[in-house]
Amino acid sequence: MPKNALVEPRSIVVIRNVSKSYRRGSQTIPVLENVSFDIAEGKFLALMGPSGSGKSTLLNLLAGIDSVDSGSIAVGGLDITTLSEMDLARWRAVNVGFIFQFYNLIPVLTAFGNVELPLLLTKLSKKQRREHVDLALSMVGLSDRIDHYPNQLSGGQQQRVAIARAVVTDPTILVADEPTGDLDRVSAAEILDLMGRLNKDLGKTIIMVTHDARAAAKAHLIKQLDKGVFIDVHS
Amino acid sequence: MYILKLIFKNAFRHKLRTWLTILGITIAILAFGLLRTVISAWYAGVEASSASRLVTRNSISIIFTLPLSYKERIRQIDGVKIVSWGNWFGGIYIDEKNFFANFAVDPKTYFELYPELIISPDQKAAFIRDRKGFVAGRKLAERFGWKLGDSVTLRGTIFAGQWDFVMRGIYRGRDKTVDETTFFFQWDYLNEKMKKSSPARADQIGFYMIGVTKPEIAADVAVNIDKTFKNSVAETLTETEKAFQLGWIAMSQAIVTAIQLVSFVVIIIIMAVMANTMAMTARERIGEYSIFKTLGFGGRYIAALIFGESLIISMIGCAFGIAFTFPAAKSFGNALSNFFPTFNVATETIYMDIAAALLVGTVAGIFPTLRSIRIRIADGLRRIG
Repeated sequence: MPKNALVEPRSIVVIRNVSKSYRRGSQTIPVLENVSFDIAEGKFLALMGPSGSGKSTLLNLLAGIDSVDSGSIAVGGLDITTLSEMDLARWRAVNVGFIFQFYNLIPVLTAFGNVELPLLLTKLSKKQRREHVDLALSMVGLSDRIDHYPNQLSGGQQQRVAIARAVVTDPTILVADEPTGDLDRVSAAEILDLMGRLNKDLGKTIIMVTHDARAAAKAHLIKQLDKGVFIDVHS
Repeated sequence: MYILKLIFKNAFRHKLRTWLTILGITIAILAFGLLRTVISAWYAGVEASSASRLVTRNSISIIFTLPLSYKERIRQIDGVKIVSWGNWFGGIYIDEKNFFANFAVDPKTYFELYPELIISPDQKAAFIRDRKGFVAGRKLAERFGWKLGDSVTLRGTIFAGQWDFVMRGIYRGRDKTVDETTFFFQWDYLNEKMKKSSPARADQIGFYMIGVTKPEIAADVAVNIDKTFKNSVAETLTETEKAFQLGWIAMSQAIVTAIQLVSFVVIIIIMAVMANTMAMTARERIGEYSIFKTLGFGGRYIAALIFGESLIISMIGCAFGIAFTFPAAKSFGNALSNFFPTFNVATETIYMDIAAALLVGTVAGIFPTLRSIRIRIADGLRRIG
């Protein structure tokens, strides 16, 4: 390789020959068929496709909240398909930050409590946890909403709290399932900007499932899924 | 601390449902506590009995008497320290509904044998001096407003006629297990009247109460007493005071068993109600539990959240139930003092209340916990939205 050649970033996610199907009664419904692809570290990938195309299933598999029928998924060099349920839970706590369509905040906890939640699984002291939470909430611009409960926040603000919760442990990857699907245009744009900054400024690898072309446009890479197979790639 | 805070917040998310469940548990624990207290009251005589006292009665039945002449022969048996005697009188004060236990006893020996009945020396001396004197328990005297020197007439049922007495003393119990509702009068008064009216019934004893020198020899002394009167006109049956009391209870064992069953049924019913509440709660929060699992929290944490909530609700209900049991038992005991001379909430009953509430809380949490732990995260997350 010539000296001045650009160094390709290493692959943080390596998916090989992954298949997944669900059983409905006596029927087996294939969702993903022999899917393979890599995601380079620091990339922002959008997964698109019609409903039932398998994009959310793929997201769940690479986030370690569902298991493959066959194939392998390596994240940060570790094949997560070989991990036990308990090890997978520990792995998720350290390596994956989740952003959901409906925010999925715990209603009885304040913004602070929700963001602190993943830190309870770490060995950080109470003081250190507070510092991390304060930092995460300031990053999403909600330092003044620290003691607010989810029902006291707008949809956009709730999603920002969810993003703070996703990044507070400094995970290897961020996975987002329709993060703007429940938001109005202005709030959706704010959230996408925020995710873009996390990717650009902090180098976070983001894998986002979306139906929204405007949201997908924020990504470096768009992958289209249809009937469990990739059909097109844009970058 | 964090998890405790979360459990408390979760427990009171549906305030009305939670408070209604707590109310149900409160009532169940109250009912359970009262029923267990009724059973304790039934056994109060057994609890208060002494291991160094024996009761000798006619071997055929308690309704048959023993000759007074046995007294001296019993006294001569090795290990016998003191012999007292008495008869169930069965007198009625004004009306049947004023029922209380009344006995003709030997005043000198009876109070010596039963030191748990505390009476002042002056009053005891006055009772011994007055052939028509009587001593009543503190609660009985309070119930009818009797004071020293008051005249009281009982209508005899077993021993016919009007029997006049003068109050000479009030005894109180050494502790709260002692019955304070009994009426004692002089056996000599009964015997003298019998000599005049029914000579055949004179010098007849209902039961002997015997104090032994030490509890360890009580069984041997009982055997020796019965051996002494073997093949006599009135053979005896001697047993410890505890066995004698249990014999009375055995007659009403079916009622005690029924009360015990009902007390457990109450707990089973509230267990079902509580389990339903927790099942509803867990079903509503299945998405939240999936979020916890997604974030990396294990099954133990989910179990702690559900069991913690279930136990907090049941223990709050238990605390209220126990708090209400005491005044309820007091009112119940006052209303039924003629049937239950001692009606006190035992420490064991409180422990049983707590154990029952812990059981309710634990059992109610089992199935929701299993369901929440076993559900796949992806399926759980689909419930949100």
